[in-house]
Parts: sequence; structure tokens; C-alpha cells
Amino acid sequence: MLGLNKKDTSLLVAVALLVALAPIILNPFPEGSALAQFNAGYPDLMQRFVIFGIFAVGFNILFGLTGYLSFGHAAFLGAGSYAGVWMLKLLTINVIPAILISTVVAGLFSILIGYISLRRSGIYFSILTLAFAQMSFALAASVLTPITGGETGLQTALDDPRILDGANTTGNIPAPSLFGMEMSDSLQVNVAGWLWTFNVGYYLAGVILLIAFYVAIRIFRSPFGLMLRAIKSNQQRLTYTGLNTRPYMLACFVISGMYAGLAGGLMVAMDPLAGAERMQWTASGEVVLMTILGGIGTLIGPVLGAGLIKYFENIFSKINSNLLHEWFAFLPDGLEDFVVAIIYPFIGKGWHLTLGLMFMAVIIFLPGGLVELGQKIARKMSGKSDDKQTKSTE
Amino acid sequence: MGILDVKDVGKRFGGLQALGDVNLSVQENTCHAIIGPNGAGKSTLLNCLIGKLIPDTGSVMFDGQSVLGRNPYEINQMGISRVFQTPEIFGDLSVLENMMIPIFAKRDGSFKLDAVSGFLSHRDVMEQAEEMLVDMNMADKRHMHAASMSRGDKRRLEIGMCLSQTPRLLLLDEPTAGMARADTNNTIDLLKQIKEERDITIAIIEHDMHVVFSLADRITVLAQGTPLVEDTPENIKGNPKVKEAYLGETQ
Repeated sequence: MLGLNKKDTSLLVAVALLVALAPIILNPFPEGSALAQFNAGYPDLMQRFVIFGIFAVGFNILFGLTGYLSFGHAAFLGAGSYAGVWMLKLLTINVIPAILISTVVAGLFSILIGYISLRRSGIYFSILTLAFAQMSFALAASVLTPITGGETGLQTALDDPRILDGANTTGNIPAPSLFGMEMSDSLQVNVAGWLWTFNVGYYLAGVILLIAFYVAIRIFRSPFGLMLRAIKSNQQRLTYTGLNTRPYMLACFVISGMYAGLAGGLMVAMDPLAGAERMQWTASGEVVLMTILGGIGTLIGPVLGAGLIKYFENIFSKINSNLLHEWFAFLPDGLEDFVVAIIYPFIGKGWHLTLGLMFMAVIIFLPGGLVELGQKIARKMSGKSDDKQTKSTE
Repeated sequence: MGILDVKDVGKRFGGLQALGDVNLSVQENTCHAIIGPNGAGKSTLLNCLIGKLIPDTGSVMFDGQSVLGRNPYEINQMGISRVFQTPEIFGDLSVLENMMIPIFAKRDGSFKLDAVSGFLSHRDVMEQAEEMLVDMNMADKRHMHAASMSRGDKRRLEIGMCLSQTPRLLLLDEPTAGMARADTNNTIDLLKQIKEERDITIAIIEHDMHVVFSLADRITVLAQGTPLVEDTPENIKGNPKVKEAYLGETQ
């Protein structure tokens, strides 16, 4: 189907089902129950899952295929965000032009950064991309304030021109929409205590994730993708085989940057606000973590990694000491305090500590990330001892 | 005029004259060996031929065109393929994928942005790769992880990858270095077979006399950066100057 082999088709169908049913799957606990705390099926978080999924899938096209570790991909995310907000301000509140333009702008920006950074490889490449991203961050926060809104960020305003929508200076600031459907519109369904929210913005982002994922599969399986994997494996051999690695690398870098821009565009489509911190190195580091946690060079891994990190960030960070006391109330008082004191550093604001430990565990025991974990479980289930095949790129 | 003409090539590294006035002509459809003791400048000369080094003086012409100042990938596209001292293959890829890459490079040139079609759907490339694997006696290994093969098999794959591009000139850099006797003999047999079956010019740099005398039609002996003699293998064997270069003093 769609020019994919059977395995890839079923992968794509599985992702499509997950995206379609996420509002139900991610809300396994009835509303009002003690565990409802762990439900992730609310629009804001689901949007983040898919948007960061797109970001990580694109990052993985560069890092996973060629092994070039960019430490400045947040710059493209930020550039895309700013471009998107400007489209919402100047052209129309419809999100389609904003998303398209943010992808294009990030692509152009990555041509510039890629052209220079790709003169080096390995750690020097990483440092160059990091330097460019930090420069972009600093510029966005200071010198470029007229364009970026400086430290307060860039947002839509009531008196924006919005050429295509016609002047409108009364009432509320219009919310980003898709042909009249506002991104924040939701359909809420209450089934026997379970509350499911089907949100317009989420489904728009979800459809775009599917397209982005499909394109990534095609790239992985194309001659272009083969050459990128060859670059990772042995660049010298590739050069002496008559292939010029530089345009391959640049094309790959730009494609990857455009994915980041697309993610940035979607972010402002959901919430029309772009700040300089979106370009900061921590944001670049986050996408590296997502890709490694999920599984470098695998198709589905980055999406899983993005989901996992965003889940932790939003759910673990919400647990506070009151809640812990509630959970462990069945223990004797002294013991309860002791257990809470032990767990406390790992939750709430300490969720980074949990993430760090998890990251270490993955690197040491599962270098292939969550995908490797899945493969191991599947192998155990089917009862086969591990058969050594060439590394699959699922 | 041969297919490869090296004229007055000199290369200096700081105070060391690595190559001085090397003249060499490789004739089409012959196997030309370049031998010499350690430090004679064999590798430097080879690197000048494939674009890794640019000589200070002289010229290197391949089929009437200068190779100097060109990138390695351009020189390959001109029709020169190189086999390395330690087999250089794509270890992370399967054997079949390894074989497809040079065929893509030959068909599509040094860069083509084809990110849409599945690479396994390119029938012509696939068939050529399969054929070459059969020729190399590796068809049963096609789905193997290339890095997991033995050194002899890696060498065989690398030679196959070079041949799949039907190069006009095949450069071999000590193709049997570090190999066990059995692997060495296999490689010699393979190269002999290639020489007989294909219209190909081979230039080989080698240390192992056994390999050189089994393959070469002409031999150039290099010593201290300059060619000492150039002759047929029979004449080289009895040449006292060669013995001197290899053994130090004549006895």
C-alpha cells in the first residue's frame, strides 16, 4: 500500500490507529478516580505528544541515518515558530499558511547553518550546531526584538493586519483555526465515567504526524536513505565509490530542519505564542534524549521517546507531597513519612531526576531504546531465542 | 602513452623527499605492480593517484585527463576504483546493500536526490548486484551483516564492489596485507580470474613477492622515492639492483 512493503504498511497503520484512538487509550482511568491523575488524554498534552513526535522523527532522519548529532535543532523549531506567528498576524488566522511557511523558513535557515556546520563532522559538527543555535537564541532574545518580541515573546494581537481575513479590531483576539474550526474546539464524550476529549488541533497535528511519518518511511527505504546510512557506516568508502557526501548531508540536514520547522509551526497553530526559550540548548538536548530513549535509527522509536518524555514532564511533575501522603496513608505514620521522603526527590520538580535515571538505565541495558525493549519482549513471547539478523529499522 | 601516465611526480613532506621525479606508465589491459621496501614512497604515490594527496611537481594523467586537484569521488567517476589495504566496506549494511551502492553511484552519478522510491525496487541495480555477488561466490551471504564476515570475505566484497562499477583502472593497495596464507591464495586466484575474464587494467602496490610475481605483467621497483627499474617479472627477479634495494648491500 502507498508504495510500502507489508511490514512498513502495518507499522503505518498501527501508528494511524494509535493517533486516532489516543484520546481513548491515554485515558485509561475513569474521571474522578484516584488514578485519573495519570490520564494523559487531554488535548494540550496529546498535541505535545504528536508535535514533539514530528520533531523527533525529523531529528532522527539526520542523527539516526547519518550519525551526525546536531545539538542545535531547536533553532529550527524556534525559527518555524516565529515564522508561523508572523503568518497568523499578517496573513490570516487560518493555520495552513502558518504551518507551510514555518516549514519553508526553517528549511532556508537550515541551508545556511547546515552549509557551514557540515564542513566538520563528529564532535566539531555538534559544537558548531550548538553554537549557531545559541547565537540564534541570543539574537532572538535581544537584538531581533522587533521581529521576535524579545524576552516576552511574539504573540497575536487584536490589531494585527490579517490581510486575508479583513480588518477586525473589535471583540476578542481570534484563535487560530482551520477554515472556521478553532484549534481549541473539542468534542467531549462521557461514557460510563470515562471522559474522552476529541480535539480539533490534536487531530490536525495527528494527521500531519502521519504524513511526516510516512515521508520518513519513504526516505528510510529510498536510495537517498541508503546513501545516508552508508555515510554513517563508512564515509571514506562512499567517497571512493564516486559519491559526493556533502550534498547528501546538506539535503538530509535541511529535510531534518524542515521537520523541526513543521513542529514549530504546529506549536504556534495550537497556541499562537513563540518565545526565544524555544531555541535554547535545553530544547535541543531534549530531542536528542527523545531519539535515544526511543531508539536511534528506528522509525517508531523517536515518536515513543517523545511521548515518554512529555508524559513524564507533564504527569510526574504534577505529583506533589500531599498526593504522596494520600497514597501511602495506609502505612504507619513514621513509615509513611519515611517512604514519602524517599520518593519525594523523584517527583514533582524532581522529575528530571527520574528521567535521568531512566536515561542511564536505557543507555546501559537497552542501547536500542524502547524499540529494543519491545523487540526483546516480542521475542520472549514468541519463544524464539535471539536470532542474529541484520539490524532492522522498524 | 598508457591509460595512466605519471610524469615527474615529486612530493615533499617537510624535510623528507617522499617522491622525486617518478615516471610511470600503466598500459591498458595489463597488470602493473609497484613494489619497493618500506618507506619507498609506494603509498604516497598511490595517494597522489587517487586525489588524497596533491603532488608538488609533475602530472598524473588518466586517459588523457589530469586527475590532479580533483576530489576522490570525481576520480572514481572518471573510472578509477580503489581497493584499500584494510578492506573498506559498509560494515553496518547488508552485503547486498553494500553491492548496490557502487552500482547506484555508477548509474546516477555523484549525487541524486531520490528520497521517494524504495531502493529495492530498482530492478536493474538489484540484478547487477545479485549477479556480481554470484560472480564473487557470495550469493548465499547476501543478507549478512557485512561487518560480521571474515577478512577474506570482506576483501572479496570490496573487490566485487569496485568491479561492479566496471572501472577502467583498478587500484589495489596491498590487497593481501595481514591475511592468512589461504586467504592470500584465494585473493590471488580471484584477481587472476578477474584479469582473464574482464577488460581491466590493474595497478597493484604490494609487499608480498609471491602475489606480485603471480599477477604482474610489468613491475616498477621504487626505492627512496624514485623508480629504480621497470621491467617484466622475469627480469626483475634476477636484477641485482633490486636485491640491493631490498636487502641493503649486495652480497
